[in-house]
Amino acid sequence: MATEHSRTAARLMVSPAVILLFLWMIVPLGMTIYFSFLRYNLLMPGMESWTGFDNYYYFITQHAFWDALVNTLLLVGGVLVITVVGGVALALLLDQPFKGQGIVRVMVIAPFFVMPTVSALVWKNMFMNPVNGMFAHIAKAFGLQPFDFLSHAPLASIILIVAWSWLPFATLILLTALQSLDREQMEAAEMDGASWLNRFIYLTVPHLTRSITVVVLIQTIFLLSVFAEILVTTNGGPGTASTNLPYLVYAQSLLNYDVGGGSAGGIIAVILANIVAIFLMRMIGKNLET
Amino acid sequence: MGQITLSSITKSFGDVNVIPPLDLTINDGEFVVFVGPSGCGKSTLLRLIAGLEDISSGKIEIDGRNATDAAPAERGLAMVFQSYALYPHMSVRKNIAFPLKMAKMPQAEQDRKVENAARILNLSSYLDRRPGQLSGGQRQRVAIGRAIVREPAAFLFDEPLSNLDAALRVTMRQEISELHQSLKTTMIYVTHDQVEAMTMADKIVVLNAGRIEQVGSPLELYRSPRNLFVAGFIGSPKMNLITGAEADRHGCATLGVRPEHLEVTADGPWKGVIGLAEHLGSDTFLKVAVEGVGDLTVRVPGERGLHHGQTISLLPPPDKLYRFDANGMAL
Repeated sequence: MATEHSRTAARLMVSPAVILLFLWMIVPLGMTIYFSFLRYNLLMPGMESWTGFDNYYYFITQHAFWDALVNTLLLVGGVLVITVVGGVALALLLDQPFKGQGIVRVMVIAPFFVMPTVSALVWKNMFMNPVNGMFAHIAKAFGLQPFDFLSHAPLASIILIVAWSWLPFATLILLTALQSLDREQMEAAEMDGASWLNRFIYLTVPHLTRSITVVVLIQTIFLLSVFAEILVTTNGGPGTASTNLPYLVYAQSLLNYDVGGGSAGGIIAVILANIVAIFLMRMIGKNLET
Repeated sequence: MGQITLSSITKSFGDVNVIPPLDLTINDGEFVVFVGPSGCGKSTLLRLIAGLEDISSGKIEIDGRNATDAAPAERGLAMVFQSYALYPHMSVRKNIAFPLKMAKMPQAEQDRKVENAARILNLSSYLDRRPGQLSGGQRQRVAIGRAIVREPAAFLFDEPLSNLDAALRVTMRQEISELHQSLKTTMIYVTHDQVEAMTMADKIVVLNAGRIEQVGSPLELYRSPRNLFVAGFIGSPKMNLITGAEADRHGCATLGVRPEHLEVTADGPWKGVIGLAEHLGSDTFLKVAVEGVGDLTVRVPGERGLHHGQTISLLPPPDKLYRFDANGMAL
């Protein structure tokens, strides 16, 4: 009886927080769904009318949508590959004992604390700028033509910028996982005749799978909504070369003043994110079970 | 074959000299136990033999071959670790087969050897489980299985029983001894538990602060310890060490007498009051405060109705007294 009562009491106690969180989520979602079925243009206020699925039809059939979809997946995939591979490599390096370990570890984490707009501007103006950038100077020092990263390889440049800021996150998580690897297991494998590469393949990688899964899942959530880096560097261009879904939604609602179309795009983005999430959980979610 | 010779090997970590020059020969087929208190360098010595640590100077020979700079895998030794060091994401079968797989042995032969090892160690029905699903004793056996399949020149055990409960420890101790009798391979076993050392060893090496205090068979060490350290370390309960006037009377600096050699008689020379009586059934341990001698531990066989506060007299056996000089060496 006591447990039954305390359980009811517990439910009552947590309900305000749960209800608040639920409203916080459901009201904006509901409004977005509602707007997505309206003909709602900011240039013609007060003329909203019901249009059914027209907004969805026009959003999907514009060729920019498919470009944005491919760009979104390339951006997520590219950054994941760079951060996971680079993160494992950096973690392996930082796990070695060396002088000044503490300071180096703090410095490696630093890029994660730089806000996206700032890091993108630093990359754009100080590194990738074809006239004043560091890369241009290096190219000129070797007598080469400076490469204009943001106009000739806009998506790759943005992948590089985003990967730079997420690499510390992956490194940090993988480093802690690496430190929990049993030293005696490594020694046992050494006695069993396993080379460094075999020890890496048969012991280190399996030990890291769970942390890699965590890194992939968390980063995917954030990388699907990359926006600031695109806004301050390429504005989605040239053309739609670096437009991803969040940027397309922004362009639709605030550059074309089409709130209805933007809302429809937002709902499509939510559905796609869920498809990606289900796909990922099916694929690697079993790594999280013990 | 499995003869290991250590010639004046040393090991220092930075400025700390862990092992001063040390010589030791381990003969083929011997069961050698390194025993000593925590931090005496016994595990370090084992790791030096295994090749997991580099020696600072000296020479290691295995079967007459110089192995001083050989990589761990090249020495043909197999090691069982204290934590078992099983690979957690591999099945028992894959764990045992791992060294064979690394040696690129054909699959059929791998399977045959794994099945064989599993049969010897009673693991056949667990081959497809993961280490996490096994009990402590089974994990221990998997670790031994992984060592057996390599058919090593010698097995190295690093305190393998310290994570097991008392009952299982006794069983595993016997299993390892039986394994040694059937395989007849050299085994080097590190422990801090003198009971394990006494029960398993052909040859015990008593270590203290990296130095070898004495080498010999269990009974040799028990009967004629070379110095105070060995005398105090071998035997349970510990030997009584008496200093002062009573020792002077016997012409030595320290007089040693084992608890099991003291006799409770009607009119012994040492009279004292029982401070504590522990009744184990088979034995009774007494702590007796003897005037002019000090606190003595006495072991009397069987169930004796002796209890706290009783006054008894003890007879030290004249032929079983150990006498040590001021430097702690046996006289």
